[in-house]
Amino acid sequence: MSIDTATAAKVAKLARIKVEEDALPALAQEFNTILGFIEQLNEVDVEGVDPMTSVTPQRLKRRVDEVTDGSQQDKVLKNAPDAREGFFVVPKVVE
Amino acid sequence: MSDLHKLTIADARDKLRAKEITSVELTQSCLDAIDAADALGAYVHKTPDLAIAAATAADARIAAGDAPDMCGIPLGIKDLFCTQGVDSQAASGILKGFKPEYESTVSQKLKDAGTVMLGKLNMDEFAMGSSNETSVYGDAVNPWKVDERNLTPGGSSGGSASAVAADLCLAATGTDTGGSIRQPAAFTGIVGIKPTYGRCSRWGIVAFASSLDQAGPMTKSVRDAAIMLETMCGHDPKDSTSADIAVPNFEAMLTGDIRGKKIGIPKEYRMDGMPAEIETLWQSGTEMLRDAGAEIVDISLPHTKYALPAYYVIAPAEASSNLARYDGVRFGLRATLGAGDGITEMYEKTRAEGFGPEVQRRVMIGTYVLSAGFYDAYYNRARRVRTLIKKDFEDVFAAGVDAILTPATPSAAFGLGEMTDADPVQMYLNDVFTVTVNLAGLPGISVPAGLDAQGLPLGLQLIGRPWEEGDLLNTAYALEQSAGFVAKPNKWW
Repeated sequence: MSIDTATAAKVAKLARIKVEEDALPALAQEFNTILGFIEQLNEVDVEGVDPMTSVTPQRLKRRVDEVTDGSQQDKVLKNAPDAREGFFVVPKVVE
Repeated sequence: MSDLHKLTIADARDKLRAKEITSVELTQSCLDAIDAADALGAYVHKTPDLAIAAATAADARIAAGDAPDMCGIPLGIKDLFCTQGVDSQAASGILKGFKPEYESTVSQKLKDAGTVMLGKLNMDEFAMGSSNETSVYGDAVNPWKVDERNLTPGGSSGGSASAVAADLCLAATGTDTGGSIRQPAAFTGIVGIKPTYGRCSRWGIVAFASSLDQAGPMTKSVRDAAIMLETMCGHDPKDSTSADIAVPNFEAMLTGDIRGKKIGIPKEYRMDGMPAEIETLWQSGTEMLRDAGAEIVDISLPHTKYALPAYYVIAPAEASSNLARYDGVRFGLRATLGAGDGITEMYEKTRAEGFGPEVQRRVMIGTYVLSAGFYDAYYNRARRVRTLIKKDFEDVFAAGVDAILTPATPSAAFGLGEMTDADPVQMYLNDVFTVTVNLAGLPGISVPAGLDAQGLPLGLQLIGRPWEEGDLLNTAYALEQSAGFVAKPNKWW
């Protein structure tokens, strides 16, 4: 499996990280180095082995479905880069 | 300047109880040492006023009697822990200026026990790194030095390791996803334990790879690790993976008696190209445990070789998901936008500006292995291999092995900048002996066991059965006593 610059660009887009055009070849090369390392996993016989879902088998705790927290609008907004009138502000999304 | 900052937790506790010293004196001694050690880059946000206030309160509590063991003990806190009202950036540009409105469960437990936070400690960005060189704050430096080079304290908990080894606190918190407590502990001649997955609540600790992350103490002795770990552990309803299992008095389990214990020596940890000094250290550690009455058995963990590649699928996959929250909307950085830039440009520019190169690389690798068409080939395969890695350990424990002895790292500390031109995989190899333990969710401890020919510390790792940190600490205590490691770095900073 070899990653070309078009695939690298697609991955960057999916990850929502802006990568300049001229940086794509080096990025693709790094991906190939790391994926080459990961390819070793193909040597392992995993037939009939379940993928791990929990490293320490335990039944997740349940609790009553009720509100236990909230009414902290000011705290929630405190660290926002842009907050106005009780809302997070973002560039226009809907025309 | 007083020498109180050089005390262990256990000694300071006893002196505080005996009214020989006060927490304010102890804390001031640490603050003075910190201010004289900026060259180490260990502390990235100092909180002296909060520290003195906490120390004053601790002294009052001790005077009133019935204070917990950790009351009045000054600590450094890794920047990955959210601390209320105090910068918590995970050493990333994307969290610049972030001051949480809440406190992580582990640091809250330490606060409730009366400990004193001295400040926040340097680390690799989002705990992704093995040399503390990916930090937005710049490098943390190892207090150990043998020539003109500055050495890495290891990573990701590099600031924690540097601070403890240089006596800039009595102990520090660390976190460990693939070796981030144990590798820096080994590089700096201190003790670091990663407990069983689920022992410490992950709530309020900036997430890297949620199925692997665990907090733990980094200390000057095994006894201190036992004392501090007990305070950090315990069930937390806010972390669904936190275990509702009683936390024993770990310190009370330190008898040093390991007669009849079965210690496994895994043949797969004998790596090609491993320095002879590491091999020698491992052998002498084996002899020490044998002399202390343990039974030494050769064991096999056949899937060891596949742990690092599995880790470099699973950890980036989880990171790509966890780090999706850094979107420039709710906290931290938002890039300056151009005219006409929409929300997608805001995400892309913010994340390109805010994340460093290693974090970007891992987020993108994670995105790739989770993407349509590759999910089964990479992610599910890695999770299957993880099942096999865990089974390797279960098999040897079922055969009666109590603990496993391995080297902690494949080398001593290397020079800062020496790995800059190497491909990323070379840096990943630092975690070759530690990463299996995270994949299997087991407790692991690094104990300083000797110096190499240059005079740099080397550590040995002990791996224990799940939830048996007490027994593991006791074996580590026996090893510590036999090794008699007392060397300290010469002060040059």
